[in-house]
Amino acid sequence: MTVAPKREDYDVVVIGAGPAGLAAAATSAEAGLTTLLLDENIGPGGQVFRAISSTPVTERSQLGADYWVGADLVQSLRASNAEVIHRATVWSLDRNLDIAVSIGGASAFVKAKRVILATGALERPFPIPGWTLPGVMTAGAAQTMLKSSALVPGGRTVIAGQGPLLWLLAAQILRLGGRIDRILDTTERGNYFAALPHAFAFLTSPYFTKGLAMMREVKAKVQVVSGVTELTAIGDGQLTSVSYAAGGKRETIPADLLLLHQGVVPNVNLAMSADVEHRWDDLQLCWSPVLDASGNSSVAGIAIAGDGAGIGGANAAVVRGRIAARAAVEALAPAVAAKLPAMATLRADLAKAERGRVFLDTLFRPSPQFRIPSGDTIVCRCEEVTAKDVLDSVAIGATGPNQLKAYRRAGMGPCQGRLCGLTVTELMAQARGKTPQEIGYYRLRAPVKPITLAELAAVPKSEADIKAVVRG
Amino acid sequence: MTQNVDAIVVGGGIHGCSTTLHLCLAGLKPVLIEKDYAGRHASGVNAGGVRQLARHIQEIPLSIRSMGIWEKIKDLLDDDCSFESYGQVLVAENEEELAVCRARVAELNALGFTHEELIDATELRRLVPAVAETCPGGVVSRRDGAANPAQTTTAFRRKAQQLGATVREGVAASNIRYSDGLWHIDVGTETFAAPVLVNAAGAWAGKIAAALGEPVPVETVAPMLMITSRVPHFIDPVVILRGRKLSFKQFSNGTVLIGGGHLATPNQDRNETVLDWKSLAISARTVFELFPVMRGATIVRAWAGIEAKMKDDIPVFGPSSRHKGLYHQFGFSLHGFQLGPGAGAVMAELIVNGGTQTRVGDLGIDRFHPSTL
Repeated sequence: MTVAPKREDYDVVVIGAGPAGLAAAATSAEAGLTTLLLDENIGPGGQVFRAISSTPVTERSQLGADYWVGADLVQSLRASNAEVIHRATVWSLDRNLDIAVSIGGASAFVKAKRVILATGALERPFPIPGWTLPGVMTAGAAQTMLKSSALVPGGRTVIAGQGPLLWLLAAQILRLGGRIDRILDTTERGNYFAALPHAFAFLTSPYFTKGLAMMREVKAKVQVVSGVTELTAIGDGQLTSVSYAAGGKRETIPADLLLLHQGVVPNVNLAMSADVEHRWDDLQLCWSPVLDASGNSSVAGIAIAGDGAGIGGANAAVVRGRIAARAAVEALAPAVAAKLPAMATLRADLAKAERGRVFLDTLFRPSPQFRIPSGDTIVCRCEEVTAKDVLDSVAIGATGPNQLKAYRRAGMGPCQGRLCGLTVTELMAQARGKTPQEIGYYRLRAPVKPITLAELAAVPKSEADIKAVVRG
Repeated sequence: MTQNVDAIVVGGGIHGCSTTLHLCLAGLKPVLIEKDYAGRHASGVNAGGVRQLARHIQEIPLSIRSMGIWEKIKDLLDDDCSFESYGQVLVAENEEELAVCRARVAELNALGFTHEELIDATELRRLVPAVAETCPGGVVSRRDGAANPAQTTTAFRRKAQQLGATVREGVAASNIRYSDGLWHIDVGTETFAAPVLVNAAGAWAGKIAAALGEPVPVETVAPMLMITSRVPHFIDPVVILRGRKLSFKQFSNGTVLIGGGHLATPNQDRNETVLDWKSLAISARTVFELFPVMRGATIVRAWAGIEAKMKDDIPVFGPSSRHKGLYHQFGFSLHGFQLGPGAGAVMAELIVNGGTQTRVGDLGIDRFHPSTL
């Protein structure tokens, strides 16, 4: 089923139907603004509430109570007048708030008075030796299969990395009867001390008790090796074993599947392609958009909510979505804004939702050796560029990621740097003795997701084009 | 403290970098000043066409001079710049267009230029097997080709630096002034002084010329390009069309670059461009019609580089008509990349020898301002 947008102009276009987008679109539409929600997936929920209205997993405890919160958000959205289109890939957004979207193989253009980007997070690249072997995948990809199809690993499975989502996934796999042979925890020991000063806020946050219970549940069933400092995926054309070092001891274990995860980072591609200003976040080790307290970016009319605004988790995402939508209502229908929850209330909610975040960010700050590879380890998968290739390019004068494109085509494949961008920035920063902020990032360009030439050729002709044909 | 050098070149595009290198080769100590980094704008992100084909007659001598350098680019720069020479082909889509091609080649031949060659449908099909059957012929320039623009511009910068040029990137030149027979220019906290100043600042050059009393009819434009995913190899030469706006090039890795001069909206103060997808769709339709093999390819990225376009489409090249020691090298109007190597060589001759054997007289700024020198 393909449904083109009903209008050419909207008050508010929300991009992404995860927690932030669902909340933003519902708030905006309830306030009477013409609202379009565009989402790439087949149903609402984003990653955290993936397949919330279609999952075959019906036993609620298996995915956890937090997952089912998504159902309420979807309910509010459906009760509103927001126009919602799924399988809609936004491939261009610019500072004029012109949006190009591909729906069912056909592209349409819409214009917005305000755009709320809720494009969420991506998993941080985990460039260890052998990470591109078949049999190695991200934990997020495994979770997608689990939520949408109840598929869990059956072969010899190793999970490596760190962060809350790693434990959540492990628990979900085990509850659904999946197999996990070993968990290799790469959390740096020093991080526990660094995180200590922030522990009080964390102890009083909702993450604490849930997180602890989940780790206990997993540790009861799986051997967990902590303090892992080296990690290699081994295999000839297919993963056969995983080698690691912890506490000075090295071990190699056979494996059919290695799931890697070391946290998530904002998905900045669409915002960056619209020339939204971003800054390097030294704690979260990623690029985050520069935003005001209402989520407004450096580009007039574009606000960003959810993890795309800086990782804050699902609860914070919902509130940020409401804040961005309220700001849009204030700008476009001030009279109605008075009826919405006050901005001060929302900001207090946000502070509450963000409590404990600094602790998590500090504790789960990935180690340098898992972020900055060396030697023959692949950095850019699309163009098969290794760490050594990057350093060689620096040696002959590449000063940043954009020059690296010219030397090595890094970041020029279809993923536009999603899988290598952070690695390239940090690797070049280290090699040149600069900060990531000074090194910068790839200049990203539309189409943010590839479209076919045939689809572009089929877009409606512009006035100028019609005139050109008449003249010619 | 003021640092004295032999020449100041403003602008780290291919022109500024090439001129800097050639000044070094002539034994001078130049400084190159680039507000961003070498090749940040049009020079680094253009289509990379190395084309003598279909040029304005006034710039053909410079283009031919440049072609000679391109063919030995590796000797000059220790970098092959990914230059390859499979020719460039201009396709006539119908008999009327072919008649225009015929007249053009005859005109060039009468002037003594032989690089453009009329081809019939058979030769066109041999050179470009994938082209639509209806095209009756065209023109080929067999020595033409393409190079990697960012790689090339950086290679010029690097070689110039190796030969002793001072390079300042990331800081804009400001406060240009002339006193005691020297041009002075501020770069952040530094000041440079030299008897020679070359204005090669691309889209920013018109402002510099105007500030020095030589305004010219120039605008800032941003021609768009887009590139596809890899498709099986099907074409070697660069293809341009006689009638419609299209240029087309497949790289050795299979990706296909589609250009042709449709324009984005530039904002040069912010170094930004806003793409016009409805115009890019016109290019997509043209490719769709002419190269059926491309229909399933995906577009992975589009972009635009900011540059200067003259009202008469001809660059401003040569000495100032008002100031001693000032030289202009800008306004290449969407076709400056191929000219870069030759223009740098000729500019160095103008500066060092006071003249050149290459005919560039029609390109001077004196076409707007009769010389007062």
